[in-house]
Amino acid sequence: MEEAPHGCPGADSAQAGRGASCQGCPNQRLCASGAGAAPDPAVEEIKEKMKTVKHRILVLSGKGGVGKSTFSAHLAYGLAEDGDTQVALLDIDICGPSIPKIMGLEGEQYMEDNLGVMSVGFLLSSPDDAVIWRGPKKNGMIKQFLRDVDWGDVDYLIVDTPPGTSDEHLSVVQYLAAAHIDGAVILTTPQEVALQDVRKEISFCHKVKLPIIGVVENMSGFICPKCKKESQIFPPTTGGAEAMCQDLKIPLLGKVPLDPLIGKSCDKGQSFFIEAPDSPATAAYKSIIQRLPGAAFDSEYKPREGQREDCGFVADLCLPQVDGSDSSLSPHWSLQPGIMLWLGAINIPQKRP
Amino acid sequence: MEAAAEPGNLAGVRNIILVLSGKGGVGKSTISTELALALRHQGKKVGILDVDLCGPSIPRMLRAQGKAVHQCDQGWVPVFVDQEQSISLMSVGFLLENPNEAVVWRGPKKHALIKQFVSDVAWGELDYLVVDTPPGTSDEHMATVEALRPYRPLGALVVTTPQAVSVGDVRRELTFCRKTGLQVIGVVENMSGFVCPHCADCTNVFSRGGGEELAQLAGVPFLGSVPLDPQLTRSLEEGRDFIQEFPKSTAYAALTSIAQKVLHRMPALHS
Repeated sequence: MEEAPHGCPGADSAQAGRGASCQGCPNQRLCASGAGAAPDPAVEEIKEKMKTVKHRILVLSGKGGVGKSTFSAHLAYGLAEDGDTQVALLDIDICGPSIPKIMGLEGEQYMEDNLGVMSVGFLLSSPDDAVIWRGPKKNGMIKQFLRDVDWGDVDYLIVDTPPGTSDEHLSVVQYLAAAHIDGAVILTTPQEVALQDVRKEISFCHKVKLPIIGVVENMSGFICPKCKKESQIFPPTTGGAEAMCQDLKIPLLGKVPLDPLIGKSCDKGQSFFIEAPDSPATAAYKSIIQRLPGAAFDSEYKPREGQREDCGFVADLCLPQVDGSDSSLSPHWSLQPGIMLWLGAINIPQKRP
Repeated sequence: MEAAAEPGNLAGVRNIILVLSGKGGVGKSTISTELALALRHQGKKVGILDVDLCGPSIPRMLRAQGKAVHQCDQGWVPVFVDQEQSISLMSVGFLLENPNEAVVWRGPKKHALIKQFVSDVAWGELDYLVVDTPPGTSDEHMATVEALRPYRPLGALVVTTPQAVSVGDVRRELTFCRKTGLQVIGVVENMSGFVCPHCADCTNVFSRGGGEELAQLAGVPFLGSVPLDPQLTRSLEEGRDFIQEFPKSTAYAALTSIAQKVLHRMPALHS
C-alpha cells in the first residue's frame, strides 16, 4: 500500500490494525492479524544481492548542507583511485539527489570502469522534476535500489543519505539488516546549530545499533585566498566536533577546511582531487579516506552505558506543565495536558467538560 | 478563506509565509528567524512554526531552548521568546525530554503532529506566521501545505545558496510550489560571498549568481542576497537579536531589505 492513513501506527507496531486511525483502512484486517509484523521478504533478497558486496558504508548527518554528498562522491573517487577496487555509490536522497550533478553524470549512469553510481536523479527527465513522495513510496524506491540494481562484485558500497532521521534512514537500515552495514560516517560542520542535529543522528545510530566509524568535521576554517589568514565562517562556539566526539567517545576522523574550489568543482561535476590537488582540503579528505577501510573493519556497535535498549523508535515528548506546585489540578486547567507517544500513535488526552 | 474551513486557531493570523528550500543547510531557519526579528522591529506581531521535526533549529536561535509548552482552552500555547510577547514559537524541540533524542518517525506520524501544530496551537492575533520547513518535498511539506491551504494569504519564500548544486534542488522545490498552487513571494540567496575580516577581500565561497538566475528561470521575484557574516552566525549560535545588536554588520542591510520586500508583497492588513 502506498498511502497509509493519517495517524497510521505502522504495520509493524503493537497497535497495528487496532488503533482508532486504522478504522476503514483496507489493510486493517491484515495488520490486526499480525501479518504486518512479519519481516519483509525483501530483506533476505537484499542479503543475497549483497553477497557480492564486501563493505557497506552509510554517510549520514542530522543536518543538511554539511557536505554529505560532496564527501560521498569524493570518498568514491578516492577509493576508486586504486584500479583494482570496485566502488559503488548509491544516492538515496530521493527528494534532493545531488550526486549526479556533483559527479558530472546528469543524463548518464556510467562513470569509470571501477566506479558505478545510482541515484533517483538518473530517473528524472527534467532538472525541474520534483519527487513529491510520502514515506512509503520513498521506501519502495530504496528497496528497489538495493534489491533490483545489479551491483556486481563490489568492494565498497557507499550510501549517501538525505539529512534527518526519517523514512530513508529507517528503510536503508532495515533493508540492510540481514546484510550488515560496516558502519556510518557522520558529517558535521563546527557550529552548534549543526552539532545539535548531529547528536540526534548519533542517537539514531545507537537506537538502530548501527556502528559509527567516526565523525568528519567539514568547513572547518577558511583560508582567505588573498591574505592567507584563517577565519571561522562557522565558528565552533561549543568546541566543534572535537568536543562532541570526546564527550560521546566517538572517533573524529578528521577536519576538512572550507575551500571555495570545492563548491566550484561540484558545480562543474569534477573531482576536487583533480581540480585542486594541492589544496589542504584535498590532503584532509585523502587522509580521512585512507583511514576508512581499516576503521570500517574495526567498527562495531557499542551500546552506551545506561542506554535504554527497549526504547525502539519512540521519542519521549515532554508533558506540558500544569500551574501550581501541588499534585492537584488547578481550576483553570482541564485534564492534565499531555502528549504520550506510543509506538506509531499520538494520543492526546481529551479535555474534560 | 474557503467557506468550508474552520477558522479556529489561525483566525487571527493575517499572513502566512512558508520558508522552503529543496536543499539542506542553505539557511531556511536563519532566514525564518531573521525575517521574524526584522518584522518584529517593524512593529509586527510574529509567530514562528518550526515543522522541521528531525532537526528543530529555531528554539536555540531565539534562546528559547528548554522552555515548556503549556495548554489552554484553545489548545497549546506557543512559547514567547521575549518579554514583550511579540514573537511566539512552536517547535517539536520544546516537546523532547532530552534535546539529543532523535525523532525517528516515519511520514504518517510526522503528518499527524504537523496537523496539530497548525490546528491546535493557540496563535492568537498575529500579523505574520513564518513557517520554517526541513529540506525536501515530502511528508512535512505536503502536510503543511494541506493543513494551511484553507488560509489566505499564504506565500512561499524560497532560499538557496549560489551554487549550482543548491539551485538544482531548489528548482524542484519551485516545481513543488507550482504543483501545490503555492504562490512564491520570491527567492533569497544566502551565503553570498564572505568578506574576510582581515583584509576585507570578498570570496565567493559557495560560487556565485545562482539565486538570481534561478529567480529569472522560474519567473519569480529575486528578493536579495545575504552574505556570509560571522556576526550573524554567532548571533544564531547564542540566540541573540542580530537585527537589534548588529545594525552595521554586512548581513543587516540585506536582511532588512528582504523583510521590507516581504512586507510590501504580502497583502498585509494594517490594524
